Amino acid sequence: MSASVKTITVRYFAMFREHAGVGEETLRLDVATAKDVYEQTRPRHGSKEPNGHCKVAINEEMADWSSPVNDGDVVLLFPPVAGG
Amino acid sequence: MIEVTTDPIDAQALKNQLCNPGAGGFCSFEGWVRNENEGRAVERLEYEAFEPLVLSEGQQVLVEALQRFPYLDARCVHRTGLLEIGDMAVWVGVAAAHRDEAFKACRYIIDELKIRLPIWKKEHYVDGDSGWVNCERCAEHGRH
Repeated sequence: MSASVKTITVRYFAMFREHAGVGEETLRLDVATAKDVYEQTRPRHGSKEPNGHCKVAINEEMADWSSPVNDGDVVLLFPPVAGG
Repeated sequence: MIEVTTDPIDAQALKNQLCNPGAGGFCSFEGWVRNENEGRAVERLEYEAFEPLVLSEGQQVLVEALQRFPYLDARCVHRTGLLEIGDMAVWVGVAAAHRDEAFKACRYIIDELKIRLPIWKKEHYVDGDSGWVNCERCAEHGRH
């Protein structure tokens, strides 16, 4: 899928949310994949991590960074996890 | 079965739920809030979880453990919110016909939960600072 401008709701968690100052926001982004969303929203979530250290979900299902995103999708950006 | 709760974890009640006449062994793991991490004195921890995916991904972990180390029943509970030193943050219990499956399944479940579930831990230090665990480089203002 090639990049095109889409309406994407991005949800931030933990440190990402604190940096962005909001839990979610709806943006117009020129993106094709989940990784594109992560990279283009770096100024918002502030991550200095490579995407491989983080996880992503699309519409509440775990996804790969190469997963395509579609207009209207909700993309959840997860910082490195630390349960237990 | 996996559960997320803000309430204190009642390990005995959970263990009772796993009673099974076919079980010859039971193994549990309890994760407790420790008073230090990497040389820094910790006052309390704050856990955040995205519950829908904790439940679905956690269930997947339990299924994988069952396929690898056939057990009779297993449960896991993870707390969220503010926890004090000594509080139980996570409980995993496995009942199996034999101890080998109980030990191995319990170990598999806690190890996978820690690296796969969308749960985050913020340490509040005695000196007033705070920081997200595993996230030193996550953001420009990672510690504040």
